[in-house]
Amino acid sequence: MELKANIPAGDLADMWERHKFDMKLVSPANKRKHTVLIVGSGLAGGAAAATLGELGYNVHCFCYQDSPRRAHSIAAQGGINAAKNYPNDGDSVWRLFYDTVKGGDFRAREANVYRLAQVSVNIIDQCVAQGVPFAREYGGLLANRSFGGAQVSRTFYARGQTGQQLLLGAYSALERQVAAGTVDMHPRTEMLDLIVIDGQARGIVTRDMVTGAIETWFGDAVVLGTGGYGNVFYLSTNAKGCNVTATYRAYKRGAAFANPCFTQIHPTCIPVAGEHQSKLTLMSESLRNDGRVWVPKRQGDTRAPGDIPEAERDYYLERKYPSFGNLSPRDIASRAAKEACDDGRGVGPGGRGVYLDFADAIKRLGEDTIRERYGNLFEMYERITDENPYRVPMRIYPAVHYTMGGLWVDYNLMGTIPGLFVIGEANFSDHGANRLGASALMQGLADGYFVLPATIGNYLGGRKFAAVDASHAEARAAVAQVKDRVARLLAVQGTRTVDSFHRELGKLLWEHCGMARNADGLRTALQRIPELRAEFWRDVKVLGTGEELNQSLEKAGRVADYMEFAELMCRDALERNESCGGHFRTEYQTPEGEAKRDDEHYAYVAAWEYAGDGVPPILRKEPLEYEHVKLATRSYK
Amino acid sequence: MNLTLKVWRQPSGEARGRLVSYAAQGISADMSFLEMLDVVNEGLIEKGEEPIAFDHDCREGICGSCGVMINGMAHGPMAGTATCQLHMRSFQDGDTIVVEPWRARAFPVLRDLVVDRSPLDRIMQAGGFVSIATGNAPDAHAILVPKEAAELAMDAAQCIGCGACVAACPNASAMLFTAAKVSHLGLLPQGQPERDRRALGMVTQMDLEGFGGCTNYGECTTACPKGISLENIARMNRDFRTAALRARPESAGAGGAP
Repeated sequence: MELKANIPAGDLADMWERHKFDMKLVSPANKRKHTVLIVGSGLAGGAAAATLGELGYNVHCFCYQDSPRRAHSIAAQGGINAAKNYPNDGDSVWRLFYDTVKGGDFRAREANVYRLAQVSVNIIDQCVAQGVPFAREYGGLLANRSFGGAQVSRTFYARGQTGQQLLLGAYSALERQVAAGTVDMHPRTEMLDLIVIDGQARGIVTRDMVTGAIETWFGDAVVLGTGGYGNVFYLSTNAKGCNVTATYRAYKRGAAFANPCFTQIHPTCIPVAGEHQSKLTLMSESLRNDGRVWVPKRQGDTRAPGDIPEAERDYYLERKYPSFGNLSPRDIASRAAKEACDDGRGVGPGGRGVYLDFADAIKRLGEDTIRERYGNLFEMYERITDENPYRVPMRIYPAVHYTMGGLWVDYNLMGTIPGLFVIGEANFSDHGANRLGASALMQGLADGYFVLPATIGNYLGGRKFAAVDASHAEARAAVAQVKDRVARLLAVQGTRTVDSFHRELGKLLWEHCGMARNADGLRTALQRIPELRAEFWRDVKVLGTGEELNQSLEKAGRVADYMEFAELMCRDALERNESCGGHFRTEYQTPEGEAKRDDEHYAYVAAWEYAGDGVPPILRKEPLEYEHVKLATRSYK
Repeated sequence: MNLTLKVWRQPSGEARGRLVSYAAQGISADMSFLEMLDVVNEGLIEKGEEPIAFDHDCREGICGSCGVMINGMAHGPMAGTATCQLHMRSFQDGDTIVVEPWRARAFPVLRDLVVDRSPLDRIMQAGGFVSIATGNAPDAHAILVPKEAAELAMDAAQCIGCGACVAACPNASAMLFTAAKVSHLGLLPQGQPERDRRALGMVTQMDLEGFGGCTNYGECTTACPKGISLENIARMNRDFRTAALRARPESAGAGGAP
């Protein structure tokens, strides 16, 4: 396997423009002859499906939810970045590019990130034209705010529901194409395998989640916009259905998986309440604009927060990172919270929490202003915890939120299997080892609206595609394997529920491959995961049949993939002997406890190639070169 | 706390359903309603009984997947709260809780508490959009939008499409859902060119899907987890009436005939 990034030659600033001109076009009459399969209907998949439909391609779009409007992009709260520089505070495409490369701790590809920053401005125009009700000023212009890790105000938002509004924009564009007959939408349909014919991605195998029917679909290209794999930890801020299956199945068919150990732990989530916890809820990072993070100075201080005098509080982010303070990037803020709690100064049940306090902001701005800015978030917090954050500080703790790793793609967003495109969170490309706040929505929409629709034409144009159907040997083999797996899961008839296995796997990973990792812990996990996987296949209990709506069976298939994928994550984390971004190896830190990168040996993308079950995967390296942003130690002090 | 659940069980759309009683024991007040169902399901699986099927995904009140009738109330007793955000502290030890799927002819049951809400997508297809293709939109600041209009539009645009309004309505009307979208786009300058077509198209589709009409009960807005206001229905009615008066056959309009 060769990793060819296909970065066009020449100057960064006009690279994308020139590339768009150099790429092949598909004539309007020929577009409808090409069928494109798009899996996932979130910001990336939904936007791509709508746009390819508008262009005249014949599109099939699949999602596991009952409607494309429910993809997990819907839950993003804070905002979307764009280099519009409307507030005239010194922002530019170059600065957004620079911030993103630096924020990613120099593990992202410069050319991709520059294009992302360029395209960001078109996204806002597009969304406004669709009727996305962004926040506005009294004069009628768009409002901006600053967001975690940025010193300019470049974040556009729609209250605390930006993801919802952007997704509903993409969804309405998608439904317009469904009505126009260019997109066939397949909800409640889960992709269970990729069909590769003559070395090209040509189809997928799906399961109808209502009838259980296993079906095949064919096209000239397959696009995965299937999101991240954060749920491998069981507890995360992802929706319950989010899963790694589509990307992992593609990996097993030959697509390289890049940087699986790069996971983002978000600093501001509601702490775990008990063993029954089924998911974690994020509190938007925008809260850090006005909230101050603190813990008691004294260990084991159990006084109510209001009884702890100012002098006995440690505003540790302001203390350690005076220039960014409470707005320090996510990885840094998360780790600092963990350190405070590990030090015995955590608050709330189990001591796994820190305060996010709005008392000063309420004093300064008044309760009404705070309510206007964060009202819905405060309500959500109160609904979940039964505490009123206008009166007592919120309690927060880090939680798994986003995965920077994903299938490896080149500049054209194509994976190592020709014809397999990967967009949004599902690919690895733009965020390096750490994603900045409000950049996920930007990347999803950039890929879906603007990048993929251009690059897929270059692939489809000038290629001949032989007709393929379900009778092809590769298709029959994939279907047989999918059916066999379903049958095996149902045949185990063991004693433990799927969730109990998932929870155990999650705890293991959180312990050994979470916010801080080290070689010993990773080796322990690498030994334990195969054992747990064997127990799963020996003892899992899945009731019912494959020919009906069977939610246990759906979960079992996903957890079976997590059981394999978790090993890949730990292997990747063990191989990367450095700390960078969200990947913090305790062996590699500065005396002050900051991440210590090793650019000499690890300035590369680790892309893993599947080599067969029970055989270690092969590590392929794509070297990262920084010509425009000088490699520097990230400092937010 | 210990509770008794009476849950609607129905193996498939074609099968007959019935209420089945289950004991939910050792439930903590900090659990969400869905986490309580998770606990019950884990117990059922261990006993070899098939778990209760219910739709859910984000579990933070925004995806709109979840939604059941709890003691006859869509999304349960707490105002402005989706089922996934309802916590067990809203109940008391010893309570009996009746759990049923959304009840509406337009939402057939697929299994247990899972219903088919695809009619809502088809209403969207009938005009719930601004017809603008990707690329070359004017600069976002080219058209000013008064803050008040943007805020009102956002109030309407918050709809999560869960279908609680339909389930709560004695007529199983989808007026609040439809009106939220008609209002959202009708309040913004970007939505003006298609305002008439949108109102006519979406209302027509709503009727075709078998939803009932609105007779001003107001149950929908009470059940709505996002508090979408009845004002939107008034706005849609106004748009619909105006559009119906102005409407002319498409071909005549397209040809520019008087």
